Amino acid sequence: MMLIIDNLHATVADKPILKGLSLTINAGEVHAIMGPNGAGKSTLGYTLGGRPGYEVTGGTATFDGEDLFALEPHERAAAGLFLGFQYPVEIPGVSFVQFLRESLNAQRKSRGEEPLSGGEFLKLAREKAALLKLDMDMLKRPVNVGFSGGEKKRAEMVQMGILDPKLAILDETDSGLDIDALRIVGDGINAVMRRPDKAVLLITHYQRLLDYVKPDFVHVLAGGRIVRTGGAELALELEERGYEAVAA
Amino acid sequence: MPDALTLPTRRDEDYRYADLGALAAVWPLAPETIVVPAGESRRMTVVQTGDAPQVRDLAIDLGEGATFTLHVLTVGAASARIAVTVRLAATAAFHLGAAQLAGAGATAEIVTRVVHAAPNAVSRQVVRSVAAAGGTVNYLGKVLVEKGADGTDGEQSVRAMLLDRTATANARPELEIHADDVKCAHGCAVGELDAQALFYMAQRGLPPELAKRLMLQAFVAEALVGAEDEEALQDQARAALEALL
Repeated sequence: MMLIIDNLHATVADKPILKGLSLTINAGEVHAIMGPNGAGKSTLGYTLGGRPGYEVTGGTATFDGEDLFALEPHERAAAGLFLGFQYPVEIPGVSFVQFLRESLNAQRKSRGEEPLSGGEFLKLAREKAALLKLDMDMLKRPVNVGFSGGEKKRAEMVQMGILDPKLAILDETDSGLDIDALRIVGDGINAVMRRPDKAVLLITHYQRLLDYVKPDFVHVLAGGRIVRTGGAELALELEERGYEAVAA
Repeated sequence: MPDALTLPTRRDEDYRYADLGALAAVWPLAPETIVVPAGESRRMTVVQTGDAPQVRDLAIDLGEGATFTLHVLTVGAASARIAVTVRLAATAAFHLGAAQLAGAGATAEIVTRVVHAAPNAVSRQVVRSVAAAGGTVNYLGKVLVEKGADGTDGEQSVRAMLLDRTATANARPELEIHADDVKCAHGCAVGELDAQALFYMAQRGLPPELAKRLMLQAFVAEALVGAEDEEALQDQARAALEALL
């Protein structure tokens, strides 16, 4: 089992958001979490990623046999956890190429692997950028600065491709994408993550990304807990009947 | 103003935050005069480094259409101060890019007075300061637009980063405008590194100390863009930053 979340409680600014969430994800699976605004979807991603201000007040999360909450955010990344941001952060003056090479090599170092040389890294970056149809020149620019919403989301997926995580938690990766970009991103997720040793947790409002990345399980999150679990058909039912009817 | 031979006191506005002890060691100061004739361009780089206090006082006079680009890198272990007075004739341009890094016990200070004396001159000041524990960084800058200097374009972009609770930054950007149709912008911020960016970088696997270093390098580098022999200057800035962290 890749990720086991058991009875997770978390607060943001002392306000309880997650109230007993349990979820198990096995290698090779794609899970989707859907739910209304304020249900705690993004909080789940941030809490698992270790964002400061998101406090675990109860429960456990075990990632690949390790206590996830005992690890610092960068250690979680090195352990193979990738969080795709709903709003990727701009970092003026730091190029994607520099940022990602340093990040990847920091991860490799902590795993006892040799760092990639500049040439090796560029080859890898070029390959992943091509996969997501992102111009390689964009990766020479400062991180996310001046990128459109859609470009930021594609750049997130390029980063995922380069860092090659075991588990990707993708927080509303489909928001801000037009139809073509949605397909490119969906194909990218499948190409990078659809493997027996990897898993994906998609956090989304809408069914449309799930047309491209077919989930094995769909969960409905409401009031800080998972209130219903089903197969891909549950997403269609949600789309048709709305959260209120399905979650009740 | 005190006369040139008398050491200033804290009552003198331009010396309010200065390291007067360090100034006493090098006082009195010989001001340096730079005249750029009409239509000509000059570039200058001042690096203040070393264990002894460094103090410079530049008076720059720009003729019509003249340009002057000044870069300052202050990285020494001791206190440093640079005062720059610039007078711009019509359509002259002045650019200042300054990076100052101050460690424990050091005060790094930039004092500017930019006088737009005639129409359509441009001045840009980009100052990036980093103060470590026990260090102080100051910027006191005045843009004075004289009567008749219409079409003036003056900009002050001043940011300081504090690496510790015991670090200090003083910033006093000032505008005094006596003309019409003037574009003057000033931005001033003192703060710490962006927590959101630090988490984003950590989430990609960068340990906090590495993420901070990358962000600070970029922060300082911005001030030195376009300097003569930029690469060497940037290397020197990076090395000094490394020593500060």
